[in-house]
Amino acid sequence: MLLATFSPAARSKSFVIMTVFLLSCAGQAAAAADDVPAAVHEAQQQRIATIEKAAQAAVAIFAGEAGGGSGVLISPDGYALTNFHVVQPAGVSMKCGLADGRLYDAVLVGLDPTGDVALVKLVGRDDFPFVELTDSDLVEVGDFCFAAGNPFLLATDFRPSISAGIVSGIHRYQFPADTILEYADCLQVDAAINPGNSGGGLFDARGRLIGVNGRASFEKRGRVNVGVGYAISANQLRNFLGFLKGGRLVDHATLGATATTAEDGGVVVADILESSDAYRRGLRYDDEIVSLAGRSVRTVNALKNILGTLPAGWQVPLVFRRAGRRTEILVRLAGVHRQAELAAIVAGENPAGRRQTPSPPGEKPAGKEAEPPERPSAPLPEALRGLYELRPGFTNHHFNVVERDRVAKAIATRADWNSRRGTWTLSGSLAAGEPFRITLSDTKGTIDLPTGTTAVDATGDLDANPSPPGSGGMLAALLVWRRLLMAGPQPLGRTAYWGTVPLDPAELGEFGSPVLVDVLESAVSGVEARCAVAPNGDVTGIDLWTAPDADPCEVRFRAPDAAGVLPVGMPRTIEVRHGNELFGTFTIEEAVLEPTVAAAAGETS
Amino acid sequence: MRFLPLLLSLVITIGVSVDPSPIRAAPGETIAGAARKVVKLYGAGGVRGLEAFQTGILVSADGQIVTVMSTVLDAEEITCVLDDGRRYVATLTGIDPRRELAVLSIKGEDLPAFVLDESEPLPTGSRIFALSNLFGVAVGDERVSAQHGVVAGVIPLEARRGAYEAPYTGDVYILDCTTNNPGSPGGALVDWQGRLVGLLGKELRATASGIWLNYALPVAEVARGYREIIGGTPTAAGDKPATAAFDPAVLGVVLVPDVLDKTPPFVESTRPDSPASRAGLRPDDLLVAINGRAVASRSAVRQALAPLADGDPVRFTVIRGGAIVECDLGPRPPTVRNP
Repeated sequence: MLLATFSPAARSKSFVIMTVFLLSCAGQAAAAADDVPAAVHEAQQQRIATIEKAAQAAVAIFAGEAGGGSGVLISPDGYALTNFHVVQPAGVSMKCGLADGRLYDAVLVGLDPTGDVALVKLVGRDDFPFVELTDSDLVEVGDFCFAAGNPFLLATDFRPSISAGIVSGIHRYQFPADTILEYADCLQVDAAINPGNSGGGLFDARGRLIGVNGRASFEKRGRVNVGVGYAISANQLRNFLGFLKGGRLVDHATLGATATTAEDGGVVVADILESSDAYRRGLRYDDEIVSLAGRSVRTVNALKNILGTLPAGWQVPLVFRRAGRRTEILVRLAGVHRQAELAAIVAGENPAGRRQTPSPPGEKPAGKEAEPPERPSAPLPEALRGLYELRPGFTNHHFNVVERDRVAKAIATRADWNSRRGTWTLSGSLAAGEPFRITLSDTKGTIDLPTGTTAVDATGDLDANPSPPGSGGMLAALLVWRRLLMAGPQPLGRTAYWGTVPLDPAELGEFGSPVLVDVLESAVSGVEARCAVAPNGDVTGIDLWTAPDADPCEVRFRAPDAAGVLPVGMPRTIEVRHGNELFGTFTIEEAVLEPTVAAAAGETS
Repeated sequence: MRFLPLLLSLVITIGVSVDPSPIRAAPGETIAGAARKVVKLYGAGGVRGLEAFQTGILVSADGQIVTVMSTVLDAEEITCVLDDGRRYVATLTGIDPRRELAVLSIKGEDLPAFVLDESEPLPTGSRIFALSNLFGVAVGDERVSAQHGVVAGVIPLEARRGAYEAPYTGDVYILDCTTNNPGSPGGALVDWQGRLVGLLGKELRATASGIWLNYALPVAEVARGYREIIGGTPTAAGDKPATAAFDPAVLGVVLVPDVLDKTPPFVESTRPDSPASRAGLRPDDLLVAINGRAVASRSAVRQALAPLADGDPVRFTVIRGGAIVECDLGPRPPTVRNP
């Protein structure tokens, strides 16, 4: 199962036997025999138009001596998806040709080495032709599909080659090469996928993007199509797109447990790490896994398929059965790799990686703790100046700043938080009807509960005292929330763009694309916080860790702006969880946000 | 996707009158219906480029399966996985060495099955789907892979792979798509109504050009081979020299699977009412000589039987419980020729 990049060296050796239907040159077909019904002519014209539109969004990627491949534009401002193994030899910038015959500069934005995905950004226009990712779970075996790409680097005029076929299989699993380039839950097609097609789009009959081609089964016939190509599904791509746009070096998810098929056919836990979130949520050895992320698990392969489409750090529902009893838990998924491992893979140091560049003796000894990826240091083309920033843990930190500022602006636009810098007093009732009162200021956070009053000093380290007891750090989370809201559009100190998560993990399911919201990551005052922000600027949740590897305090803000009773943007309820326990549901009845710091001087506790 | 038949019809029917056949099922439905009758088979192999998996088709509701005769079937236990993921152990009923077919059976009931319809062959230009366990990518309850294509020609097979020459030389469908991959042998070739039209063959190269062939045995040949196997009259060498394909199965003796370079020729079983059972041959007998010529392995058995002509005496010397026993199987049964 080799990959489908194409390098010039391979070209000379290749026996080019192609069954590519060059459907785009359909002029002759239109002039077919007169006895063809008009409806068929119409369908043909429609198909030509569909293919022409998709061809406009196809990208021919050139990686110099190392070869090249294909890509596909997914936004008018030039974001294009391709394969990790296509851009890896190219470094941080590359030349991309489009069907209009012009060559554009492109910069590397984000990498997902495990999933073999890369995001690049073409520059020079704000009206690039593009296609939309569709719901690939709706694709069925037998559906018409076509690929647009640059097989054997034939497109000297940058116009893509089109190959047509049907979907041969869905939810296929292709083993990774070592720990990367895993094709989970992928689409299998009989459209010709040849070396050079890698990274190009796979489209349905309506020209919507259902996947990115990247792999094919090759064997004794050499590196040419044998009617068995694989594409990364659009739904997997959508799950990772936020992380990629944030310039991240993305990792895939692991459950922290392995599974095996039981005698009676069920999928049971064969081994589980006690340090895993799944273990802390209650999953144990020999439990039968019924579903993960809303999709049923009937085979070990299905489990691997589902996990392979999920980013590290997501929280997903897991249903398991023990002694006939069904239990649903929310599991936070860990990463497959350490960040240093990913960096080493990107730098070509992975011993099992296919595109490893041979290193001179004495350099990069195996087993050395990896440093940030060394990228070719050739100067960036003029068009890309200011669009690349090297920083450990990122593919291109510049784009993280872009995304972070976009989200910060959304928060600031949602409500005029900046003019309410005084003490915030939120009061209302708990689920059982008892009253509560929360006060938050620059210096202090206090909560009055029926069980007593607790306070934290907002000027010191927030991890010292995760209070109130049992909440895992609710007051710290609310103080971080207030700071985030007031920070405005300017940079938020040590805050970075993290990626996207499902607004409601329970919405993850077999035939649904979840609504994804942006997440900002903050490291402040000894705590780590991830804050989810809806497109309208509402902060929908905060997870706050007072210690790594411990259960975070999970705060969810619901029903914002209820009936105009509360200030704009203020949630009606705050739900707080820690570990397996619901700490409390706080319904806010009154919120007083004082305008100035001076007014906060009179606060009482 | 419902308009796909219309779309694809263009590629194929240009210059040909429009296919007058009535409303068709969408390709997805056709494929899903036919794939229920296709099974994944797992047996011996996994070394030296030999796959341990292939494909089969259900031809009766009680679990008769037709597949391609291959080393995959040389296993103690052949696992058969149905479209819905149910697993069965399949037993080898018999083989047709000339067409290189084998019949397996599983203990099932009310299974979906193809009809071995021997009506007119598909003309050149007909659209087909190929359904197979190619590359073993469909794991567990995953559906076999579907490919689409066109019958490019119907011509006699002249094919080989290395020193091995295909014994079947009758007509096959030549296809315009890469259907014959590792794991594909035994897969179903169906038309756009989902009817079985052929069985995908082994991976072979054309003798004349050396090009890898994509082909299928027409259903009529499959049906003949199936009838002969279940009728207990396995075909011997047909139009090939007897040496190529004479099989001990003709004598009613089934030896243990040939999995090693020198598999000792133990008797696995004997067919009731066959020369072997009449001669008193029993399971676990170790065959040591045929007509006085020592046979140390299964391949030596084949070599010793090969030169025998119809009616020649066949005498087995076996070791049973430490003692040497002579078994006279009588005259070699005549070769059954195909029509």
